[in-house]
Amino acid sequence: MTELTSLTLAEARDGLRKRAFSAVELADAHVAAIEQARALNAYVVETPDVARAMAKDADTRLKSSDARPLEGIPLGIKDLFATKDVRTTACSRILDNFVPTYESTVTSQLWRDGAVMLGKLNNDEFAMGSSNETSCFGPVINPWRRKGSNAALVPGGSSGGSSAAVAARLCLGATATDTGGSIRQPAAFTGTVGIKPTYGRCSRWGIIAYASSLDQAGPIARTVRDTAILLRSMAGHDPKDSTSVDRAVPDYEAALGRPVKGLTIGIPKEYRVPGMAAEIGTLWEQGVAWLKAAGAEIVEVSLPHTKYALPAYYIVAPAEASSNLARYDGVRYGLRQPGRDVIGMYEKTRADGFGAEVRRRIMIGTYVLSAGYYDAYYLQAQKVRTLIKRDFDDCFAKGVDAILTPTTPSDAFGLGEKAGADPIEMYLNDVFTVTVNMAGLPGLSIPAGLSSDGLPLGLQLIGRPFDEETLFSLGAVIEQAAGSFMPERWWY
Amino acid sequence: MSVDEKTVRRIAHLARVAVAEDDVAHLQSELNAILAFVEQLSEVDCQGVEPMTSVTPMAMKKREDKITDGGIAEDVLRNAPAREGSYFLVPKVVE
Repeated sequence: MTELTSLTLAEARDGLRKRAFSAVELADAHVAAIEQARALNAYVVETPDVARAMAKDADTRLKSSDARPLEGIPLGIKDLFATKDVRTTACSRILDNFVPTYESTVTSQLWRDGAVMLGKLNNDEFAMGSSNETSCFGPVINPWRRKGSNAALVPGGSSGGSSAAVAARLCLGATATDTGGSIRQPAAFTGTVGIKPTYGRCSRWGIIAYASSLDQAGPIARTVRDTAILLRSMAGHDPKDSTSVDRAVPDYEAALGRPVKGLTIGIPKEYRVPGMAAEIGTLWEQGVAWLKAAGAEIVEVSLPHTKYALPAYYIVAPAEASSNLARYDGVRYGLRQPGRDVIGMYEKTRADGFGAEVRRRIMIGTYVLSAGYYDAYYLQAQKVRTLIKRDFDDCFAKGVDAILTPTTPSDAFGLGEKAGADPIEMYLNDVFTVTVNMAGLPGLSIPAGLSSDGLPLGLQLIGRPFDEETLFSLGAVIEQAAGSFMPERWWY
Repeated sequence: MSVDEKTVRRIAHLARVAVAEDDVAHLQSELNAILAFVEQLSEVDCQGVEPMTSVTPMAMKKREDKITDGGIAEDVLRNAPAREGSYFLVPKVVE
């Protein structure tokens, strides 16, 4: 029999229903795999007791043929999601030993649908990073290695624990969040599938905020179908998030296998950026060929403001972060460091509690919002954001159904390789993904091939607002053509 | 635009983040690298362009003005670093 941890989420769902194995057996297999994979540092909290208790309940339901959509499916939860009675820290020292008394809307919907929690997954501190190296719990190691090398690689970020855990078969799927590429870039670096839904599709309530106008939750899993199954449970209107959209959630899984013949796919010429690896260009052409062969029509499109998305992001996101993170003051929760007075206590607490990257972004945000600089930076960035969105609107108005791009400009890099003096080098990882957040659109990353070093590479599909279904249809075509990618197990 | 050391200290204070004297120069160069990077936005012609306020066109939702939550003081205080009864404790503020 296949190892239970190697099943896809859809296969596990069917196996549970056929009673080929029990939810407790499935949970135990994952608990054991997690214990053996601690070298990857993917989980920052393991909850085997919770998992077994939830799996037992699932087995009762399965026995009485009363199964809910995710009955007995073991998942990992990014540490950005508040989980009731389970430590939640956003991988920041400032949250110390914070134990929420409430559950995020997205995770509560997963439990409502029968899923089983395996634990909390590592991420860049407050989701600020593209390599998972800013976590206060240390970096996550990518389960993938270069051919013939033992060098440790990053799993991408900020959802690096999610991507590594899914790729290493330490869960059947994981929750993640994406503010500038934090679902899609780690998915690309680990050969997994990740979707950032349209802004407003998933509730942000109970998710630790980074940049509220950009943050969006989504799943990472091993197949397009598995992400479609998870998104259906995660999405939906929530009165507790005023930006969540009151719109029916479609059956995303039903979009798989839908013909893509006649769909128009845009190829944005501005995404051929200088410094992009040649093999990324080749992969992109391969993606075009696959979609063409499936009957899609390919057109070149122009998104003229693409190059301004990243600089605009590095004003808007830090500005929002500086406001959102003002709440960490050592008074109501988390770390407190004594100071000579209350201001001294705030300053000391925040200096000790936040890591270097978070402090840097808070300071940039404070600066661009400060008197005298607001118009030149923040207002200008918000105007540029309008133009970036307009580029996409124009493109879709001309009949383009989806846009195909690479997900990242390179394959996974080594631990510490981009931790040099210039923060911009790390920021450039998000050059293809950040436009999508700025425009609030859905974006799907699908593994599409291997680099010359034997590492996974991803292609990104960008869709119209709330048209995740078309992305799943097209993503399934690419997946079918490209096949699937699994790292060899070296970690035990 | 770039920031000098004095500005770095001022921003740090506005952000309520203590910065050690030794770190100021380092922080200054990092902030200036980021500011130089975002500088290119000034070349975009934004004449007549509205700044974005909402990425998805939607009307602000309103709800009935009634109490829907509350009476959970213990929950609110559960993670307090210092408390007394139902109060958060902070260092003395008024002299």
